[in-house]
Amino acid sequence: MQSESKSGAIRPDMFTPVNRDSKQSEKIERPRLTAWQDIRLRLLSNKLAMTGLWIMVVVVLFAIFAPIFSSYDHFTNDLSNTNQAPSKEHWFGTDDLGRDLFARTWKGAQVSLFVGIVAGLIDLFFGIIYGGIMGYYGGKVDEFMNRFAEILYAIPYLLVVILLLVVMEPSLTTIIVAMSITGWINMAWIVRGQMMQLKNQEYALASKALGAGSMRIIFRHLIPNAMGPILVTLTLTVPSAIFTEAFLSFLGLGVQSPVASWGTMINDGVKSMTIYPWRLLFPAFFLSLTMFAFNVFGDGLRDAFDPKLKT
Amino acid sequence: MSKPFIEVRGLSKFFDIGNNKILKAVNNLSFSIQKGETLGLVGESGCGKSTAGRTLIRLYEPTAGNVLVDGTDITKLSKSKLKAQRSKMQMVFQDPYASLNPRMTILDIIGEALDIHGLAGSKSERKRRVEELLELVGLNAEHASRYPHEFSGGQRQRIGITRALAVNPQFIVCDEPISALDVSIQAQIINLLIELQKKMDLTYLFVAHDLSMVKYMSDRVAVMYLGKIVEMARSEDLYANPQHPYTKALLSAIPVPDPEVEAGKERIVLKGDLPSPVNPPSGCPFRTRCPAATEKCKSDVPEFREVRPGHFASCHYA
Repeated sequence: MQSESKSGAIRPDMFTPVNRDSKQSEKIERPRLTAWQDIRLRLLSNKLAMTGLWIMVVVVLFAIFAPIFSSYDHFTNDLSNTNQAPSKEHWFGTDDLGRDLFARTWKGAQVSLFVGIVAGLIDLFFGIIYGGIMGYYGGKVDEFMNRFAEILYAIPYLLVVILLLVVMEPSLTTIIVAMSITGWINMAWIVRGQMMQLKNQEYALASKALGAGSMRIIFRHLIPNAMGPILVTLTLTVPSAIFTEAFLSFLGLGVQSPVASWGTMINDGVKSMTIYPWRLLFPAFFLSLTMFAFNVFGDGLRDAFDPKLKT
Repeated sequence: MSKPFIEVRGLSKFFDIGNNKILKAVNNLSFSIQKGETLGLVGESGCGKSTAGRTLIRLYEPTAGNVLVDGTDITKLSKSKLKAQRSKMQMVFQDPYASLNPRMTILDIIGEALDIHGLAGSKSERKRRVEELLELVGLNAEHASRYPHEFSGGQRQRIGITRALAVNPQFIVCDEPISALDVSIQAQIINLLIELQKKMDLTYLFVAHDLSMVKYMSDRVAVMYLGKIVEMARSEDLYANPQHPYTKALLSAIPVPDPEVEAGKERIVLKGDLPSPVNPPSGCPFRTRCPAATEKCKSDVPEFREVRPGHFASCHYA
């Protein structure tokens, strides 16, 4: 009994010092990664975004290579084989002039994707720079630049295109010129709002206190932190540009036959949708698929760019 | 007394908030700080103490007044000359979560300071210098490649201090550097600041609303109310012998770590809220909440005068 209670007592020799090193306590266990490795890792682990990326890759590859390897081209009429249903010969069927819809769908993909990408680039360059400067400087600069953007925005888009047609032929170039005039304004306003919100953040002030110039603060601190809304806007701009092109082509203001775009093909297909549904189905399916891919990939990209969401 | 290192004369910052309304955030501030000294600046939220700190180092353009840093009037300097002066005066920010760019590594956050002032010749020198600075504030060199969100609040504040130190400043505005931290971490940061001050002969303007921390940290203390300094004295003097009724009220709110003293202590409770700085009261700005206000306070603006040697206050009855 006695010995038992003795063994239960707490004695100094039962303790060993932990020897906590203050340097050790500051240690971070997580492996070190560079910013890009980190973004890639987060993007790769996002299944939905990766699905979107793969769809985009496949669509782009088909748009580039399918017209080259197809045994048909997008413009040759074959009046003995009009409005054929999909078959071994014509995978997606043929249209009212007997043109192979498989070749036309992928030729159309080229036009649509090109328009989308150009719209995206215009947004990125003009929109971000204009909006960044407008929002950061504020005051008179903002007032002036904002009025200018508002005036451009107030002109109806269709009117711009029609006026342009006075001096230019209806073509892809005309559409792109028209888009460059007004397409970036939305992005500029998004970026402006972000800048106004972010420019009073303490890290921007800290950079100013260190003596950083405005351009450094805008492009090194503010724009990277506004990347989320910028990417979201971009993923909305690209599909809307593709739709705009389709709409203008329908009015005869865009790409001209025999060149196809998904928009013109859908508009052709709508007319005979009850009798020859495949003429609508294929371009519409690929247009929707591409939009879906853009949207989910854009979402994933936004998440990947935000280190605060890291787990 | 030797020539002060920082001299502020009549510094004002007004914000135009539209509708012909002017917000007088900082109104005619004058004080000086000696080399190696710490001046505490206290006051309740919204009294303009942070704006004062920011205007002082020209993060905001002052509406009026002069700030002399080591004899140079920085309010008149052109952009390029100001940039050179910026390395002399730095700031530690209030919120360690907002003051570090979440998209940059610590190496780039601190390295930016070196880049702007051309203090590092090569990439390896830049990295070496950043690591050196991190060790100085008790962090590890390997932290340089990490992102801000991987750190705790206290660690982040130390990174913020490191950034300010990177350009070898002589004067640092500490804008409530501890108010966003846990009490246990607050002491760490305060001790670090004091240690750095001794090591590098720094001059501080310590903005805070925690009176006991200010007492511990500062040589002299200025109390701000509604954009103005209402009382300024050596810290022992101010705490032992407050002259302005606002200071008395503030000091009565500090809890005493002795239950018996605390129970018997009389706390002066101010009535009402802080008046709007857009529409300040006539006469003495404090008269609307002052327990001893009279008719005179309504009509006459009290002068900021030396009531005792080295002890300034702006109250008719001090």
